[in-house]
Amino acid sequence: MDYIKALKNGVLDENPAFVQLLGMCPTLAVTTSAINGMGMGAATTAVLLGSNLVISLLRKVIPDKIRIPAFIVVIATFVTIIDMFMNAFAYDLYRSLGLFIPLIVVNCLILGRAESFASKNAPLPSIVDGLGMGVGFTLALTILGMVRELFGAGSIFGFSLFGEAFKPALVMILPPGAFIALGLLIALINVVTRKHDPKKGV
Amino acid sequence: MMGLFSIFIGAALVNNFVLSKFLGICPFLGVSKKVGTSLGMGIAVTFVMTLASVITYVVHYAILDNYEILYLQTIAFILVIAALVQFVEMFLKKSSPSLYEALGVFLPLITTNCAVLGLAIINITEGFENIIEVIVNSLGAAVGFTIAIVLFAGIRERLEIADVPEPLKGVPIALITAGLMSIAFLGFSSLSI
Repeated sequence: MDYIKALKNGVLDENPAFVQLLGMCPTLAVTTSAINGMGMGAATTAVLLGSNLVISLLRKVIPDKIRIPAFIVVIATFVTIIDMFMNAFAYDLYRSLGLFIPLIVVNCLILGRAESFASKNAPLPSIVDGLGMGVGFTLALTILGMVRELFGAGSIFGFSLFGEAFKPALVMILPPGAFIALGLLIALINVVTRKHDPKKGV
Repeated sequence: MMGLFSIFIGAALVNNFVLSKFLGICPFLGVSKKVGTSLGMGIAVTFVMTLASVITYVVHYAILDNYEILYLQTIAFILVIAALVQFVEMFLKKSSPSLYEALGVFLPLITTNCAVLGLAIINITEGFENIIEVIVNSLGAAVGFTIAIVLFAGIRERLEIADVPEPLKGVPIALITAGLMSIAFLGFSSLSI
């Protein structure tokens, strides 16, 4: 099954946030807690699925020369829908993600998948590709959010783990923590993947 | 006058776009290997950001607010920015080829730079009283972006020859460096004018 491979590709081999380094702004900005990271990932996945489907359906209609503006309009439409949806049904999350919901429009991950995959493939593979990339992105944001929340607030998904005696390292929730945590996580991934594939080293 | 000055410093240093608001991270990591190119990127971004925020401000109040179609904000703003970047590119190509040569490669990248769209939205939500304040805030944010990317490029040039542990090479050490810079910029938060 090719679809399984496409999913694995998005989640592991070409993980958008950890390997391809796409969509760095939301990755760093909203991962102050695990739940925020997960919410941002889910919103991005929803936009990615919608835009991949529509762009794939329209791939023979859109002229090559104006494809980028056309893609951006499609993406912006889905972002507006998600923005209104979250405002209505997930207001707390909407408040904490704030500015970064409209900014999903300029997430290079979404335009990148539209340009490199959805505009060249049939609807079904495009949806699978969007799902793989979206899940990979969500997973990455959730992990980063968990790490930062654990060290910065001593909890995971809002549940306190260490009790009163724990003195949280506030810096992990402040902006510098985002850069440092992501840098160390990518370094850790480098160590692990190199162990599995010794040829790749050096 | 003092008010404008504090808006400028606030946007450039205290709430630095890259290091404390996480806007424009893609060019910050992507185009910061050399001081020269990152300065070019900074100037191109300054130019587009200032123009774009003036136009989006006018579009917001003259069209969207007037006809009560505020829900179209995201679509309208991104189209304005994309068209503006295209226009600036064509204009520079015709009128000033030397400037075009210096900035040309960065211009298409700016459309998907979230700092431009982010600034346009912030300018509306901050509730500035007049267009002068919007311009000063945009200039401040753009100068802050340029300061951050040029400083970062300077450090990265040194990192090239430094002895970095194998798994940290490349992006991880760059991110950690950015984190340390961000700690330094936290120092500005006690700056109140």
